[in-house]
Amino acid sequence: MPQQVTRLLVAFALVGAALLIARYFLVPDTFGELGHYRAAAVDSIRNLQKSYAGRQECALCHGDVEAVRSASNHRGVSCEVCHGPAAQHVANPMEVKPVIDRRRTLCTICHAYNPSRPTGFPQIDPVAHNPQTPCIACHRPHAPEPPSTPEECGACHGQIARQKAVSHHAALPCTTCHQVPEEHKTSPRTVQPTRPTERAFCGTCHGEPAMAGSGIPQVDMRTHGERYLCWQCHYPHFPEVGR
Amino acid sequence: MKKKEVTGMTVDSGMTQDPGTTVDSGMKRDPETTETMEKEVDRRAFLRACGLAAPVILAVLKVPEGLIGQEAIEGAEREALLYAMGVDVQKCIGCGRCAVACKTENRVPPEEHFFNTWIERYVIYSDGRVVVDSPNGGIDGFPELPEEGETLRTFFVPKLCNHCQNPPCVQVCPVGATFITEDGAVLVDEEYCIGCRYCVQACPYGARWIHPEKHVAAKCTFCYQRLDEGLVPACVEVCPTGARLFGQLGNRANPLERFRRFNEIQVLKAHLNTEPKVLYANLDGEVR
Repeated sequence: MPQQVTRLLVAFALVGAALLIARYFLVPDTFGELGHYRAAAVDSIRNLQKSYAGRQECALCHGDVEAVRSASNHRGVSCEVCHGPAAQHVANPMEVKPVIDRRRTLCTICHAYNPSRPTGFPQIDPVAHNPQTPCIACHRPHAPEPPSTPEECGACHGQIARQKAVSHHAALPCTTCHQVPEEHKTSPRTVQPTRPTERAFCGTCHGEPAMAGSGIPQVDMRTHGERYLCWQCHYPHFPEVGR
Repeated sequence: MKKKEVTGMTVDSGMTQDPGTTVDSGMKRDPETTETMEKEVDRRAFLRACGLAAPVILAVLKVPEGLIGQEAIEGAEREALLYAMGVDVQKCIGCGRCAVACKTENRVPPEEHFFNTWIERYVIYSDGRVVVDSPNGGIDGFPELPEEGETLRTFFVPKLCNHCQNPPCVQVCPVGATFITEDGAVLVDEEYCIGCRYCVQACPYGARWIHPEKHVAAKCTFCYQRLDEGLVPACVEVCPTGARLFGQLGNRANPLERFRRFNEIQVLKAHLNTEPKVLYANLDGEVR
């Protein structure tokens, strides 16, 4: 074999060996066992400490509270939402006690009125709704009951109540147009209030002969937009003359 | 023909046709030049040697046979085990409890701008403007809507790492410190990450951040430390309205499958082909 080829081969062998040795020291253990990563990293992440115990753990000792809560409107609300992370309390029940926050500010995190919240979620205006009184003076947090106050609809339907309050319909109670079953307060989505279904309902006030001379705007129901339902052009909670 | 059995390569079967032509061309060669070469290697002998050497070279280069086939089978088996999260946008009340729980569970620094999950408020005005804000990730609530015009609609959208099945962040990692596990969670190896921030740039969802003390990439792990014990991620555990759901794709006995059956499912930035595993229901078309 020519000398230059031999030298070249020796050089290649040396570089190759150097690379293999470097690889042996640089590539960490367990790298590539499961993929292009350290398999040991999965275990180290899996063994991280937990802070939240989960509601099943709470129920093991606090079965009485759990029985009440799981049948109430707060059945979807986990214990640790209000009482904070409880993994340490589970591990050491006597020494570490979870927080019990009795302030109004805890409840208003969810129940203060916010227009971006979905319609029907119970909301109040913390400034107008019994200021200075703790929520738990009237509502039981583990089984909250909706209040039975005169403004009961506005407690949840704040946006509608606010708009209606400055409209021509301000004086009309919600029950003029909606019949509200009592169950709607406890199961707002499954039991829904009624709504007017036909033009004639609006016509009882706004039809031509009905309330003549009362100052209520009136139209001839036979010719005024007869192909449409009234609320397709007029918003009943804030009625304006339609376009 | 023994050669063909040994190698079994398609390249060789093509080469075996050559000798016929080689012999012809060899015959036409100028006799003088043939004589001047001391030791001419016959072309047939050269090809035979190549054929015999091929399996040795391939074995050294470690090209496992049937690699593609194996991967396809693994993919099909893995499908049933993938973790995924469902988010019902219509149920989110923007209370920010998920972001708080996440920071506690995963020891995320309390400062603003470090979030594994956060809530965005979308406000769409009647003139078509879309304003998105997320003050402190929604943890301290949202300020009143600015009076900038008539609001057409407004809602909250919880955001987090989408745990893409085809993750761009994993693709760009130069050292293999971020990866997708066999059950579909995209994780970061803190000990191996060099903090180059390439993955932060690559993530189209803005889900990654650099830990201010450890100087490594950090992100949502689906609370991987909780999953083995059958617990759900902390954000799902504390969501008071059930806007978040967690489960395994393909496992019919979990709430996520019911969620997928009963809702029209959308994912964020589907056109990027990242195949997210955070599935949204009732998602507004303006959400990016």
